[in-house]
Amino acid sequence: MADWDPSKPILEIENLSISFFTRLREIPAVMDFSCTVMPGEAMGLVGESGCGKSTVALAVMRDLGKNGKIVAGSIKFKGRDLTNMSEDALRSIRGSEIAMIYQEPMASLNPAMRVGDQLAEVPMIHQNMSRTEALKLARQIVADVRLPDPDRILQAYPHQLSGGQQQRIVIAMALMAKPALLILDEPTTALDVTVEAGIVDLVKELGAKYGTSMLFISHNLGLILDVCDRLCVMYSGEAVETGNVEEVFDNMRHPYTQALFRSIPLPGADKNASPLIAIPGNFPLPHERPKGCNFGPRCDYFKEGLCNKGDISMSAVPDDDRHASRCERWQEIDWAAPPAKRKAVAKTPIGPVVLKLDDLKKYYSVSSGAFGGGASKVVKANETLSFEAHEGETLAIVGESGCGKSTFAKVLMGLETATSGQIMLFDENVQDTPIQARNVDTVSSLQMVFQNPFDTLNPSMSVGRQIIRALEVFNIGTSDADREARMLELLDLVKLPRAFAERMPRQLSGGQKQRVGIARAFAGGAKIVVADEPVSALDVSVQAAVTDLLMEIQRKNKTTLLFISHDLSIVRYLSDRVMVMYLGHVVELGTTDQVFSPPYHPYTEALLSAVPIADTRVVKRRIVLEGDIPSAMNPPSGCPFQTRCRWKSEVPNGLCDREVPPVKVMAGGHQIKCHLDDTILNTMEPVIKIAAE
Amino acid sequence: MYLFLLRRVGLMLLTALSLSFIVFCLTNLAPNLEKLARTEGSVRMTDDDVANWVIQNGHGGSMVSRYGEWLGVVPGWVLTDEKGVTRGRCLQGGLTVESAPRFCGIFQGNWGTSTVFREPVLKTVTNKLAATGWLMFWVMMVMVPTALVLGVLSGMREGSRTDRVLSTFAIASTATPEYVSGVILIAFLGSATAGISPVLSSWGWIEGRTLFQGTATSAMDKITFWNFALPVITIALYGIGYIARMTRASMTEVMTQQYIRTARLKGVSFRQIIIKHALRNALIAPFTVIMLQFPWLLNGVVIVETLFNYKGFGWTLVQAAGNNDIQLLLGCSVVAVFVVLITQLISDIGYVFLNPRIRLS
Repeated sequence: MADWDPSKPILEIENLSISFFTRLREIPAVMDFSCTVMPGEAMGLVGESGCGKSTVALAVMRDLGKNGKIVAGSIKFKGRDLTNMSEDALRSIRGSEIAMIYQEPMASLNPAMRVGDQLAEVPMIHQNMSRTEALKLARQIVADVRLPDPDRILQAYPHQLSGGQQQRIVIAMALMAKPALLILDEPTTALDVTVEAGIVDLVKELGAKYGTSMLFISHNLGLILDVCDRLCVMYSGEAVETGNVEEVFDNMRHPYTQALFRSIPLPGADKNASPLIAIPGNFPLPHERPKGCNFGPRCDYFKEGLCNKGDISMSAVPDDDRHASRCERWQEIDWAAPPAKRKAVAKTPIGPVVLKLDDLKKYYSVSSGAFGGGASKVVKANETLSFEAHEGETLAIVGESGCGKSTFAKVLMGLETATSGQIMLFDENVQDTPIQARNVDTVSSLQMVFQNPFDTLNPSMSVGRQIIRALEVFNIGTSDADREARMLELLDLVKLPRAFAERMPRQLSGGQKQRVGIARAFAGGAKIVVADEPVSALDVSVQAAVTDLLMEIQRKNKTTLLFISHDLSIVRYLSDRVMVMYLGHVVELGTTDQVFSPPYHPYTEALLSAVPIADTRVVKRRIVLEGDIPSAMNPPSGCPFQTRCRWKSEVPNGLCDREVPPVKVMAGGHQIKCHLDDTILNTMEPVIKIAAE
Repeated sequence: MYLFLLRRVGLMLLTALSLSFIVFCLTNLAPNLEKLARTEGSVRMTDDDVANWVIQNGHGGSMVSRYGEWLGVVPGWVLTDEKGVTRGRCLQGGLTVESAPRFCGIFQGNWGTSTVFREPVLKTVTNKLAATGWLMFWVMMVMVPTALVLGVLSGMREGSRTDRVLSTFAIASTATPEYVSGVILIAFLGSATAGISPVLSSWGWIEGRTLFQGTATSAMDKITFWNFALPVITIALYGIGYIARMTRASMTEVMTQQYIRTARLKGVSFRQIIIKHALRNALIAPFTVIMLQFPWLLNGVVIVETLFNYKGFGWTLVQAAGNNDIQLLLGCSVVAVFVVLITQLISDIGYVFLNPRIRLS
């Protein structure tokens, strides 16, 4: 590598095309992809699932599997072409010069090997280091990635660490040989937002410290803005726009980039006044790509005879820093024009109380031994949950994994019964009635939309049949013909073509499956719908359409929506009131405006700060929480948040250590569970500010 | 760990009790007892005599109390017949009513007397079990390493030519039952008139008349390669295919795991990936299967020991069943139950050591 000049690009991909070969046909996954990464630069790859961004990353590693092949183009790393390198030469580069960080840390670590051994392996292979030396280096790097108690961590097996710690180990492993290029494939997608914020900070800091170049793959535009200098937007196997991050965010020159930004909830978006604009149509399958521009059929600026004539190449946007767009019409389009289709709707009036929870508690007792022995412990999954939900209202329940939001949903649905407290559904107490004992009316009026549309539909039953089945269970309709008609109406309601009734779930895309899930939930005329992360498994452009649909049905049916989510951007966009949960406690409850502006509960403050926002105008205060969420099996004494709270010193006499704070009702019914004095709460500054406005 | 062991041992005893009770009931059904009376007494006994004999020899009374006597928790029967001869469960070996212990069941070490071998059951069972133990030992020694190597080799590159060839062999061997493969092996390798032995013998390549001996009776005294290879191979062949398939499935699954990709992209060589990263994870599933082979072997030996006339546990079981030897059958079943349960206990504990995600504490 001695002949490589550090002023030259570290990674240069030119006209790369990758195909996967199946028995039937060749499936082109990436076409004519070019990008350059300079030393010390962070390059972002953005796009929806299936756009080929991970394939590019694996191609750089030359790990495309048996079916994948690079059919054209070159990948030059430090001036050497990787595409025709021998297996041995590749092996000496992998792990030492180019390292990779993966999406799922748990799956990427060997479950039967100690963390220390997995880390030490890297220098032992590449630098012929002795085991003791390598372990010493591992210990230092583990401390570098800010993991507490490195000696214990090195001795641990991966399953003994939390998700965030595992990801830090994967990062440490990548850094063991001080690589020149780091490929990060959705490194934080599987993690909670506050953990994500910590990891992102770490990656940025280490990148600066070691001068490592990065190829950062993500579907999250906010993260890209946070981490990267340049980005490349991909659509259906092609790079459609590339350039400097600020440039692309503020002066995008490709219709897809524009549509993408319009479909994500940014501060200022509002479900009534300025709803999100979903990208119409579906992502083309790799073997069904249109002629000409791949985005053509979904593009507002599509021009017959120009956009579908033939292959379109990247054209440079002049005067900008290596900014290029794959669009024939970018010079003609008026990029500043406001979107035409945005139509405002009236706010739904909020009706009477339909659901009232009073002091609800749910405790589990678990035994600690793997074979059932050991002392049993009480897990307090929900503690003193009290709130009301009104007709036609969207109440968001926000919190990180393990905060008890899913337990709450289970108790409400009757899958579990409450330990104590009351749930008043309309005029009925349901806290002790399991779902089997509830009558059909109650069940059909309280329904759920699930997180993962891929697993919640029966794979061997047609879509129509599944909806009819729900209708049968809810005693709706007198005859089969009746139910058939009602089923078709439901498909209309969720905006699916009626022909879909005959389809099997596998023939549907993720967004379409979620629509079927929604149709099923509304089959019995549900009054209250619990939506458990209904869009988090979907791509951003589909998310907008599905949330839009939920809002529309809500307006039509005056449904109460309990929207469980960890995504604060979408919560801010669609909810009327927000409830923030931490370790089973409701720490803050108020209208969306109250929760998203000061005074905050210290946890809400950190949560808001952790959310990446894809807007260059937004200025955020960075508050990174230390440590992990304490285990619900062994919660801290006093305030549940005291172990990570940055305001703890403001409360005198160590009150936070001793007592669970009382619920403090502020102006406008805003509830905060905190010991902090009102005067201190009122001095809090907003976390998110929009500059220059 | 100790609590776990204690619970498992308790469960084992309970299982052994219920299973032995079932076997006791089945072997002590009225027709069996009648048959026993005719073989032990006289073939020409009248029906009344038979009924009398059954009662006089302690086979009267309820099934439960007889089971209790057999276990040694109910005092053994003592009866004096019309001729004034006193007989009792515990009165064997010249003991009198006064000197004999009150309880004499298997808890006291009295397993009864075998009617076929005319010796205490305990002695028969231990001797035969030891003989079968050697057979099982050599089968395991051949079967497990071969199967694991075959499985790992075919699983590490799924769909390759090695995989296809080895998989075909594994499927063929596991699809052939022992009585077929045993007969083929004897005919091909162990017969003086068929197979390759006459040819080799006429060429002077082998000393005796056969390459391997077709019967393993002489192995009872001294195990040699010559007399023991065929029975061992016959049993092992079936197991090899089975375990190799399991190992292959487990290995192919492990090879698609993300941590194998992690290792590959760390620059680990293929050889090291297999040895350091894949092997331990891939062996977790086959380990359970291997431990399950012990009970299966105990059954498998029935055919093979009879086929090769090797007087082990399986052969004894056939003799006992064929000759209505109630005490011996009961003894065999108790031993079999314990072998099965103990291997399962070992398998569970070993699993914990292989898989760090499972902890006993």
